[in-house]
Amino acid sequence: MSRRRLAILTAAVLAAAPLTACGGSDDPSGGSAKTLTYWASNQGASLEADKQILQPELDRFEQQTGIKVNVEVVPWSDLLNRLLAAATSGQGPDVVNIGNTWSASLQATGAMVEFDDATLAKVGGRDRFVPAALAAAGAPGKPPAAVPLYSLAYALYYNKKAFADAGITTPPTTWEQVAELGRKLTGDGRWGLAVEGANASENAHHAFTFSQQYGGEWFDSAGKPTFDTPQNVAAVKRYVDLMATDKIINPSNAEYAQNQSVSDFANGKAAMLLWQAAGANLKSQNMAADAYGVAPVPFLAAPPAGGRKVNSMVAGINIAVFKHTRNPDAALEFVKFMTSDAEQVTLNKTYGSLPPVTTAASDPAFTAPEQKVLQATLATTAAPLPQVPDESTFETLVGTAIKELFADAASGKPVTEDGVRQKLSKAQQQMR
Amino acid sequence: MRETTAERWARRSVLTLLTLFVLVPLYVMVSSSVKPLQDVQNAFTWWPRRPTVDAFVDMWSTVPLGRYLVNSLVVSSVAAVLSVAVAIFAAFAVSRYRFRGRGLFSVTVLSTQMFPGILFLLPLFLIYVNLGNATGIQLYASRTGLIVTYLTFSLPFSIWMLVGYFDSIPRGLDEAAQVDGAGPLRTLFQVVLPAAVPGVVAVTVYAFMTAWGEVLFASVMTNEGSRTLAVGLQGYSTQFNVYWNQVMAASLVVSMPVVAGFLALQRYFVAGLTAGAVK
Amino acid sequence: MAITTVHDATGRDGPPRGGAPQNRPRRPRRSLLPYLLLAPAVVLELAIHVVPMLVGAWMSLLELTQFHIRDWSTAPFVGTENYRMVLDLDSAAGAELLHSFQVTVLYTVCSVGLSWVLGTTAAVLLQRPFRGRGLLRALFLTPYALPVYTAVITWSFLFQRDNGLVNHVLVDQLQLLGDRPFWLIGDNSFVALLIVSVWRSWPFAFLCVMAGLQNIPADLYEAAAMDGAGFWRRFRSVTLPMLRPVNLVLLLVLFLWTFNDFNTPYVLFGGSAPEQADLVSIHIYRSSFKTWDFGSGSAMSVALLLFLLLVTAGYLLLTNRRRNDA
Repeated sequence: MSRRRLAILTAAVLAAAPLTACGGSDDPSGGSAKTLTYWASNQGASLEADKQILQPELDRFEQQTGIKVNVEVVPWSDLLNRLLAAATSGQGPDVVNIGNTWSASLQATGAMVEFDDATLAKVGGRDRFVPAALAAAGAPGKPPAAVPLYSLAYALYYNKKAFADAGITTPPTTWEQVAELGRKLTGDGRWGLAVEGANASENAHHAFTFSQQYGGEWFDSAGKPTFDTPQNVAAVKRYVDLMATDKIINPSNAEYAQNQSVSDFANGKAAMLLWQAAGANLKSQNMAADAYGVAPVPFLAAPPAGGRKVNSMVAGINIAVFKHTRNPDAALEFVKFMTSDAEQVTLNKTYGSLPPVTTAASDPAFTAPEQKVLQATLATTAAPLPQVPDESTFETLVGTAIKELFADAASGKPVTEDGVRQKLSKAQQQMR
Repeated sequence: MRETTAERWARRSVLTLLTLFVLVPLYVMVSSSVKPLQDVQNAFTWWPRRPTVDAFVDMWSTVPLGRYLVNSLVVSSVAAVLSVAVAIFAAFAVSRYRFRGRGLFSVTVLSTQMFPGILFLLPLFLIYVNLGNATGIQLYASRTGLIVTYLTFSLPFSIWMLVGYFDSIPRGLDEAAQVDGAGPLRTLFQVVLPAAVPGVVAVTVYAFMTAWGEVLFASVMTNEGSRTLAVGLQGYSTQFNVYWNQVMAASLVVSMPVVAGFLALQRYFVAGLTAGAVK
Repeated sequence: MAITTVHDATGRDGPPRGGAPQNRPRRPRRSLLPYLLLAPAVVLELAIHVVPMLVGAWMSLLELTQFHIRDWSTAPFVGTENYRMVLDLDSAAGAELLHSFQVTVLYTVCSVGLSWVLGTTAAVLLQRPFRGRGLLRALFLTPYALPVYTAVITWSFLFQRDNGLVNHVLVDQLQLLGDRPFWLIGDNSFVALLIVSVWRSWPFAFLCVMAGLQNIPADLYEAAAMDGAGFWRRFRSVTLPMLRPVNLVLLLVLFLWTFNDFNTPYVLFGGSAPEQADLVSIHIYRSSFKTWDFGSGSAMSVALLLFLLLVTAGYLLLTNRRRNDA
């Protein structure tokens, strides 16, 4: 009896694996032609909150077109890995949100649908989009790998009461003033400024802005890294010195990587904050809209030769389509829907971001003081991060180097020009 | 062999220190879960001044915790049961038979313990995807894929422990059964397995815990429908905030079943190790 | 993973262990049965571990960056170029890997050592019955049963500089330190990582040693006590030698688990560890997934695997020889 029964048993064991577990596989992309999978990024208070914000819009899209969209809100901690996996395997969603700084990196994989003029025409045409926002959707000279969905910029948020208590009437416009006012504001358990010192992306964004103000570049025109130029060293040192020498940042911020700086600002533990569209978040943390003011991010009082008048990156979220989609037309239809005036107003209003679509930008929903500052910044003094394939590597390496510098500053070690240069050189050598 | 007074005090103080070391994080998990968000974001306090069960209510709506819980339960239990089934057959073969390749098998199984997960994460992911494309068996982004992956993670240790356990069961019993006309499989099921219950239970618990706690593969190989707790809990740290009180509440809830199960069955675990692995 | 059977394989020609004739395995029959029994395990191990590992080894010979991951056939074959880059100690990448390797070795040695000491201490102290022993045993095992991420998340909460318990106790309550130290960044991050690791793995040592102690006949202790041996003498001359087989296995298993540990640093530091606690596993993760260079990431993994194979083989050879000599 034994051999045959054993064979059957073995077969049964092997067969049991897929059988017992088939309930879990629900990859909808293989479904009918009228279904899309959409990965949204986490823009709101929680994954579920985002889902509740998006679902009515998706329902409306289904009513209009008969195309069903299954949305999954992916946390930022997972998003790049998941996108990478999808790009590698040709499996996964049809439409995705991407951080706009990743555009060129993802473009290099060749996995994204190119928005050439013909494709752009299907979603309303090139002229629909704010040029600066579209410029942050792929490498220059190539068709964009995505189109902009939500636009953001950095602004300086300040606590009105703290300013009034310290006798300060106008927000700072130069870094020198930030340091000076910051010292006045620091004390009694409160600090002048809060930063996200252990968050590599945040650090890299600020490194970019400071570098622009000092006339530096992180990549040369050939796309080669130029991390350790004197301008970049000065820029990074200026940023870290806000903690190291000006001492207006709580050393604890050196370990912040999960948006604790926003909580500190909302709770009055810090009087100033550099953030992108913090309004919705502050509201969720019970800080009234009239308790804080919004001003443009400061500049250098005396910029060196070549210094640019840039005080923010062109920040934002882009929406992209994977080439592997089985329904390219439906996917583009969905992109068109998401970038339509009505959706742009609704969604950007909810998230406190700005529409990167020219026709929706003038909507009265975006005339609040915060949005006005963001709008002015985007229109005049924002520049896109270098759109090179190595951009995400730059964020990781330079952001991590600055994280280490903050750690040094926080534990009282001196942050010298040489030290900064060494860190940046090391980061540069790790680029291939 | 009486204990001297000095020895008794030494024992007591060492045990007290160990107890504190173990207990403090567990206590913080519990006490923080009943604090309001405001309190866990401010200076630490030992005692919750304003106790509330808000976190236990809110945690279900911040992330789809219920779905993650079901996924983890299904994946971990199926993986554990299958892993043990496979391990039983393999261990029976290794323990009761001499055959060509036995040493090779043992060495290979041992060496898989050394593979850095990161090395075969991407290849495995691609294999699943291509297998899915070729055969229609959906392994990527499905519970099935996770189950197959996790059951191999616990397999080496399970086989090793069961071999040890089976070795400790006298072969005289097998032979007696065979004299009565039982084939090898009947011997396994009627003689060896009943005597090896503690070992089997221990291995099942081990396999379940391995699957319940894995992070790396789950983060790449799941989607919203199949996401497990290990990855899902990261969702409490959002664009807006880290909901520490909900993190602690959710941690407590997802730890409860495994800890309770493990403690209830720890007797078997010790017995399994005693007779098997460490003899 | 059968360490016991590795012994069997080497000692096959020698006299049967244990002496009892009925415990000798069945003589080899030309039978398919054992192979059929092994088949599911072999197939699974091959499919999930061995084949992907070989693919990973192949990846290490390619220039697999974001330009090529979508279609591997376009990835240039670079031979040993990746290895030369990551193992060249003069280059930044090589120096970083070496640093990370040193950190990992130190971390593994400390973590395994401390876990073993704590586990053995607790097991020995719980050897004789007293009131509350069952409770303590259950409590001590709890960290092992706790899912990794819940344990580590809780620790990361405790280690916060401003709002964490650790600094609250050290600075506010005991006033041992004037300044609030950092635990999750800077020099102390290694200590923090070690504490979490030991907290999670010492119960496993405790469990194994406890099981091992149950195999020591009580009369050995009585005989030793009769000879006037105190606690330490009894521990050194009875307990430790009798625990040798347990310890051999336990230390190896702990070593492999700790060395390859990814979950603890990943959850504790959120994906990118401070350089003082930059374990190899997390270093490779960052090199491959964050900077999208899977070729050099795989090369590092293969190098790591070879190192572990060598260490394990050496360990097994050494312990077997001493065992055979004995």
